[in-house]
Amino acid sequence: MSARNRELMALVPVALLLTAGFAAVFAQENAQLDNLSLIYGAYFFAVCLATHFYLRVRLPNADPYLFPLVALLMAFGLVMVYRIDAGLARDQANWFVLALVLFAATIHFLRDYDVLERYRYTIAGVGLLLLMAPRLPGIGQQVNGAYLGVKLGPLAFQPAEFSKICLVVFLASYLREHREVLIVGARRVLGVTLPPLKHFGPMLVVWGASMFMLVFIRDLGSSLMFFAAFLALLYVATGRLSFVVIGMAMFFAGAWFFAATVPHVHDRVEVWLNPYPHAQTSGYQILQSIFAQADGGLFGKGFAESLITIPGTDNALLPAAQTDTIYSLIVNELGLFGACAVILTYLLITARGFKIALLADDGFSKLLATGLTAVFAIQAFVIIGGVTRVIPLTGVTLPFISYGGSSIVANFVLLALLLLVSDRARREAVHSRTVT
Amino acid sequence: MNRQIIKLFGLLVVLFAVLVGFTSYWSVFDASALREKNANKRPLLEQQQIQRGRILAADGTVIARSVAKGHGSGKRYVRRYPRGRLYGHPIGYSFVQFGDSEFERFHNDELVGNESEFNSILDQLRGRDQQGNDIVTNLDPAAQATALADLEAAGYGAVVAIEPKSGRVMAMASNPPYDPNRVPYEFSKLSTNEIETPLLNRATQGQYPPGSTFKVVTAAAGLESGTITPETPIDAPGSLEVEGTPLENDFGESFPGATLDTALTNSVNTWFGQLGQRLGEDTLFEYMEKFGFNSTPAIDLPSGEVYKSGVFNEEGELLGANDPVDLARVAIGQERLAVTPLQMAEVAAAVANKGKLMKPQIWSRVVDPDGRVTKRLDPSQYSQPISAKTAEELTTAMEGVVAEGTGTNAAIPGVRVAGKTGTAETPGNKACGGGEEENQAWFIGFAPADDPKIAIAATVECTEEFGNDVAAPIFRDVAETILNGE
Repeated sequence: MSARNRELMALVPVALLLTAGFAAVFAQENAQLDNLSLIYGAYFFAVCLATHFYLRVRLPNADPYLFPLVALLMAFGLVMVYRIDAGLARDQANWFVLALVLFAATIHFLRDYDVLERYRYTIAGVGLLLLMAPRLPGIGQQVNGAYLGVKLGPLAFQPAEFSKICLVVFLASYLREHREVLIVGARRVLGVTLPPLKHFGPMLVVWGASMFMLVFIRDLGSSLMFFAAFLALLYVATGRLSFVVIGMAMFFAGAWFFAATVPHVHDRVEVWLNPYPHAQTSGYQILQSIFAQADGGLFGKGFAESLITIPGTDNALLPAAQTDTIYSLIVNELGLFGACAVILTYLLITARGFKIALLADDGFSKLLATGLTAVFAIQAFVIIGGVTRVIPLTGVTLPFISYGGSSIVANFVLLALLLLVSDRARREAVHSRTVT
Repeated sequence: MNRQIIKLFGLLVVLFAVLVGFTSYWSVFDASALREKNANKRPLLEQQQIQRGRILAADGTVIARSVAKGHGSGKRYVRRYPRGRLYGHPIGYSFVQFGDSEFERFHNDELVGNESEFNSILDQLRGRDQQGNDIVTNLDPAAQATALADLEAAGYGAVVAIEPKSGRVMAMASNPPYDPNRVPYEFSKLSTNEIETPLLNRATQGQYPPGSTFKVVTAAAGLESGTITPETPIDAPGSLEVEGTPLENDFGESFPGATLDTALTNSVNTWFGQLGQRLGEDTLFEYMEKFGFNSTPAIDLPSGEVYKSGVFNEEGELLGANDPVDLARVAIGQERLAVTPLQMAEVAAAVANKGKLMKPQIWSRVVDPDGRVTKRLDPSQYSQPISAKTAEELTTAMEGVVAEGTGTNAAIPGVRVAGKTGTAETPGNKACGGGEEENQAWFIGFAPADDPKIAIAATVECTEEFGNDVAAPIFRDVAETILNGE
């Protein structure tokens, strides 16, 4: 079966799953089966089919599993968000369509994605500008003590979602060019392999950007995610574990320093280590997140069975259920099994992403695919780890599931880039096979 | 670079495995501990979403029901007790913030519909909300009202009325009462009141000296063990030296060659003291235990809210047959005996039911939301402490008490009544304000003696009067109410 036919076959069960999910939510809320679930299922399938046919024409050799896996997460997200608030789900569905338009546009305009290399400093600049935007007067917005949003007239978005792609593109390009120098020029000082000072600059820039985020944007999650993606790329590009160790030491030294001096950061860490004394204040969200999971058990309470607000009030029992803590809601309603399915889906996407990187034969493609995949996987880890108390809880979205336009659009652009790399890599693989 | 990519993937697999590990820990392994946390209101809020079943009196009077508040996702149920304090004991209360007690607590699973995991999964598949079952009790509203009204007129204390042949609890009142509807507003006031202790069900948690009502147990042990027959004479002097202190009869009256009837009718202390000594500790404790002493009564109330009866040492520990006790004084209900009104009602009920003690039960049947009776009380025997013959002989003696002895105020015109009074002196009792003339007044008995329909224990604490003056009239009123109701 051709790659695209496999993709088509995989989309069918995803659409059926979405239909079943909506049916379950309707059954719970109205105590009846509603044709609406079939209609939603049909819409979803139609949108996926349109995307599929676009890929069939434009990227016939691209990885056939990535899009269905992402559609599966989307289906999960749409049903969960619908179950929280039908209005939010409508927005989410609109963003899904808009994201697919941008996804198609990315594929259309960046078919030759090597042009990205040419503009890498511009892209890096745009990325840094986006990072700083929330602190710019007039357009920046503060949410929960963190500067995450930007508002330009009617358009509000979270720039960090987009700047992560810019950062990965820049790093992939920069490291492709300098990796040899970084390896060869490395010197051993006191038994530790240090990168050559001349090429150390960009590393410091990235470290500085991460610290900047930590302190001025107060976006712990994005900061962690960016730096981890950077270290992952640095390791893949150079193969030097010592660089990673140095980088981590720098990050943790910085993080430790700011945790001790910046109250916002300090609170987050304190609440992570010891939430119970803050049960009614800053620890409320993480504790409620864990309590919601405790209530889920192996199989969960079922779709739409979870309490999100305290009955009779508008007070949240599970704060930010549609964004930060949506994973806890999934554990509550679908149980450990449902949660494992979600984690497994992320892992499969990660595996396909790295497969693309392995197949790609030029350095930029390899690093780009690796970086995009890594930043995606780390984002999922940061937020799931946050709500399960593996790491401090931060306001990062769960890719493709959380409510939020910026996240969906940015992640579909990320997916488009991955598929572009994949199409070229697999085309060349197929080509070389036919030649030999 | 491929080698590094594969290693990086390996690291991510490990990280994701950590996520699965933590999720499993919270959702499965540590789940029950988390559900117990004080900060975790989720289980309570969820229970509030379920319409708890009603609790009904025997005639269908609604004792407790749940009313919906709010709409849509804000809908929740709050407990209402239409009859207020009348059924505060033994029904108890159930509120999300303040927990639950007594009958509401014991029957929680049935009331919220948690019958089985399987059923609730079926209901979920059918898209049905979990709904509670109604429980019909054996409580007789008229008898309950009489018991509480009489107690409130007489003083703090308790009344327990049991149908002897089935163990059905037809009335259980405790004074001072409390209105369960007020629990959400006055919880701290109710729960910290150490003198009145309105939340304490004195019927099951009041531990009082039984006084002479205990002579019924001593007599039962004497007859059943063959130590005496109804014709056995025992010389009962006005005063008897026991363990260094004199044991005295009322007014120092002596009863030479008295038999059981005379001794019980006149509540002769020196007669029963000697009987106790003849029985020996093993035999007396054996029969006490058969009547239910030294065990938690098998009633449908939370075991933590039903106290044991027996001889307690100063540390509050129950004594057994091998511990040194003043047997003569145990035999007349003194020493360190402490009993609950429920236990004494069980003694009366066992004698009334030809020696068979039935398990006392408040519930009668469980009715599911569709109106089907899913469970029905099947009366079961707890023990048979004495034979039918012994019971009959004892009944005759107890009839004498009411007909011509110390318990004449329990008499009901046209009905044969069997009973026994008790007046334990409790001088200096802190709960009574430390007065020197304070008594614990008792009456236990059953009626009609030839075909018992009801066995009752009534007790009043901190009274200067005797059992016949304050407790026997309560017995009479409650028994009459029940007999007239039939």
